[in-house]
Amino acid sequence: MATESYPDNLLYHPEHDWARIDGDEAVLGITWHAQDALGELVHYEPPNVGATVGKDTSYGEVESVKAVSDLISPLTGEVLEVNQKVVDAPETANEDPYGDGWLIRVRLTSPEEREQLLSAADYKNLLETEA
Amino acid sequence: MVPFAGWEMPVQYEGVIPEHRAVRTDAGVFDVSHMGEIEVEGPTARDFLQGTLSNDIDKLQPGQAQYTLLTTDDGGIIDDLIVYRLDEHRYLLVVNASNREPAFRRLQERELRGSDVRDVSDDYALLAVQGPRALERLGLSPGKAFTFEHARIDGIEVMVNRTGYTGEEGVELACMDDEAVTLWDAVIARGVTPAGLGARDTLRLEVCYPLHGNDIGPGWDAISSGLGWACALGTDFAGAERLREVKARGPEQKLVPFTMTEKAIPRQGMPVSVPGGGGQVTSGSLSPMLEVGIGLAYVPAAQSTAGTELVIDVRGRPRTAEIVKKPIYKKEP
Repeated sequence: MATESYPDNLLYHPEHDWARIDGDEAVLGITWHAQDALGELVHYEPPNVGATVGKDTSYGEVESVKAVSDLISPLTGEVLEVNQKVVDAPETANEDPYGDGWLIRVRLTSPEEREQLLSAADYKNLLETEA
Repeated sequence: MVPFAGWEMPVQYEGVIPEHRAVRTDAGVFDVSHMGEIEVEGPTARDFLQGTLSNDIDKLQPGQAQYTLLTTDDGGIIDDLIVYRLDEHRYLLVVNASNREPAFRRLQERELRGSDVRDVSDDYALLAVQGPRALERLGLSPGKAFTFEHARIDGIEVMVNRTGYTGEEGVELACMDDEAVTLWDAVIARGVTPAGLGARDTLRLEVCYPLHGNDIGPGWDAISSGLGWACALGTDFAGAERLREVKARGPEQKLVPFTMTEKAIPRQGMPVSVPGGGGQVTSGSLSPMLEVGIGLAYVPAAQSTAGTELVIDVRGRPRTAEIVKKPIYKKEP
């Protein structure tokens, strides 16, 4: 399992998702906190490539043995790629939530939405107030 | 920790999957002290229990245990339990935590003159130590399933019950409540892995042991639930007449085990469809040993044979599954 971290180069959504923005594209995933709360992941239900994902709405699910969790998109866009590695081995999102465990890559349709996301420092504060 | 029937229970320690695998490959210990214990004693105890529990109590000698059902007057299941014959006129019933009160009330309601029913749940703690190395780690010799004896483990007096809920070899240890922590520490010191409610559920599901409240209950008769083997239909217990009728004409629905043939994890309450009918998932999970979704579901009896394809509605997505034979998971010989 990975150790707790919230990289400074990512943007965060209060539903425990992160985005790594590169031009008009972004890679999305779940935070260390999310994977830790869920426990070992055993299923990843991804969206279809080409589907539209909307900010603050569910684009898929991850499941542990005991729980199902919606994946909430931090940004609006079109799905360009699904991480097949996590489909085949969902525990990858536990082991490396910000690296090999990314979930989808999207083309952003409203890049200005990034202004509404949290910095690593803000997200860490949020976790402290939730705890 | 989660609340469960008034108890604070650990769902997991290290994680459901490693705990599950520890029980399948070595040994794990579950604190099941939340279960209820009811003693029935007296010269009429045998008559009383024969008329109230589904299985044939006359098959039970002192030192033996039996899986049986506490049935409603129409053959539904108030609880499934294990009855231990402590001596000639004294029996111990180990009931599910959430059914402790309904079971006790039902027994009191049917109590005969000359038998006494006592809820002794608070006197006992119960630890289930299960797995292929459970006996070796506890320093116990192999014993016959569904028997019990008294022994000492690291100086602590225990009742060693050759019973369990995992499909593995193992024992359930009953001790006095004030020695529970000492016994737990002694078992852990012998290299047994602590395991929580989460692993207990996935282990029992892999071997198709029904869970009361999920798969069986007062609303389902024991024949439809696949527990006809625990009903001595030749004896005259509460609900026997109705169960004889159901058996004669055949149940309309049956509880069946299944495995997913598409990637998905079935969950309790999901609708099931088969050609010409429907049903419902009553238990579902990922099998940590098989690494596929597995479950139990009620389906029309006409569509209940192994090999039948089911379609499970996984939150709006149809996913295929197949009815399999019990148990879903079987150790390779």
